[in-house]
Amino acid sequence: MAGADSQDLLQTPLHDTHIAWGGRMVGFAGYAMPVQYKGIVDEHHHTRNEASLFDVSHMGQFAVTGADHDTTARALESLMPGDLVGLKPGEMRYTLLLNANGGIEDDLIVTRPAETDRDGTLLIVFNAGRKEHDVAILREKLGDKLSIETYFDSKALLALQGPKAADVLSRYCDLPQKLSFMNAAPATIEGLDVYVSRAGYTGEDGFELSVANEDAAKLAELLVSNDEVEPAGLGARDSLRLEAGLCLYGHDMDDQRDPISAGLIFAIGKGRRVEGGFPGASKIQNLISDGVSEKRVGIKFEGRMPVREGADIVDENGDPIGKVTSGTFGPTIGSPVAFAYVPTDKAKIGTELTALVRGKPAKGTVTKLPFTPANYVRL
Amino acid sequence: MSDTKYTEDHEYIRVEGNQGTVGITDYAQEQLGDVVFVDVPEVGAKFSKGDEVAVVESVKAASEIYAPVSGTVTAVNETLADEPGLVNSDPVVNGWFFKIEIDDASELDGLLDDAAYKAHIE
Repeated sequence: MAGADSQDLLQTPLHDTHIAWGGRMVGFAGYAMPVQYKGIVDEHHHTRNEASLFDVSHMGQFAVTGADHDTTARALESLMPGDLVGLKPGEMRYTLLLNANGGIEDDLIVTRPAETDRDGTLLIVFNAGRKEHDVAILREKLGDKLSIETYFDSKALLALQGPKAADVLSRYCDLPQKLSFMNAAPATIEGLDVYVSRAGYTGEDGFELSVANEDAAKLAELLVSNDEVEPAGLGARDSLRLEAGLCLYGHDMDDQRDPISAGLIFAIGKGRRVEGGFPGASKIQNLISDGVSEKRVGIKFEGRMPVREGADIVDENGDPIGKVTSGTFGPTIGSPVAFAYVPTDKAKIGTELTALVRGKPAKGTVTKLPFTPANYVRL
Repeated sequence: MSDTKYTEDHEYIRVEGNQGTVGITDYAQEQLGDVVFVDVPEVGAKFSKGDEVAVVESVKAASEIYAPVSGTVTAVNETLADEPGLVNSDPVVNGWFFKIEIDDASELDGLLDDAAYKAHIE
């Protein structure tokens, strides 16, 4: 197993906290991160039933600022297909950084701050493994229009996820009663300045908490001191997001993959699908109107054998027709679950498919995503 | 009278006469985490020492299990199909993977004994 101490890995501000909590550290996207504490399956179930705290400080937080909201949003829209101009104060949106071929350079969340004195600023969270690459693109394309401030070395990000997350956070601030899913606002929690957003990567209700590095351990320890909250690692984060139908960059999509076959059309604003004005727009518009030759689907398999990334989907002759891009045993579903790209005529819900694992057939059925119901809270 | 030997890759083989019972050690199950599936070999299959003979899957990853000695598989632990968690809760008694008829008992001499395995994992 990959140890965390043998490599030259970056550490998040919670590194010592993870060690104190018994985290098993592994290398991920250049950071030493806890893959688990007590165990992945326990942490997975705890997140679905109670609440878990995840350290996601490796992700790339930064802010872009222009003269006003319209200026900043329009500049970003030249690289991203989401409706960012239409963001109201406090709203967040999932969208994509695209290249000229319509391929996905990264997926991200854009937040328009609720505070009126920050009009013109948009907050962005990119993937850990792509953040330097993404910021280089933004600086090159938008550096003359916007000021770009990274928080890579100054801010931590914690995710409190699960059905009890709102109860727990309510003990420190009133935002759980005010924030709807995909909305954000600042709060003071036990004297700490925290930017709270109602979002996550587990399919459960929950919050992401952006906080200064020097306050991160204090906030993490405060949250975990609640009876309902246990720390959880990257292993559970992966099985949770897979059951929740959520893509992982570099696995389920990459710079060669268009948003339509990836099932991410919701990341493209409705008006913008018609108007275009983002990289690869004409190609993507053609894919919307003419259809795609293959699609990402969810597959639930019989038995217990996990079907993992790289496994072939085969036809009745055993010839490959598709490929699994993420897969594991889904602890809540109680079955192996996976995402795969398959020909469009095999992508219909209920289609029976076969994957090969070490030469052995695994029978599965195309299943509606998410595998587990989304429990997002909209007030 | 049985005698247990270990590989550096954390398989154990419990030897009784020319029969060996193979599984993974408590240390290995702890490192793997929750086992969700074990891909066991077929009865009658022949393996050489060091061949990949089984795969143990946790939520996170698949790990290969290698034959500690050369021989023929005589039985597999059918219980693991429904209760793969036995590998975590009881790896040595009820969480074994397969039994093997040992071709050449002298191959056992190259394996670690109890004391040497303990030193290996420390």
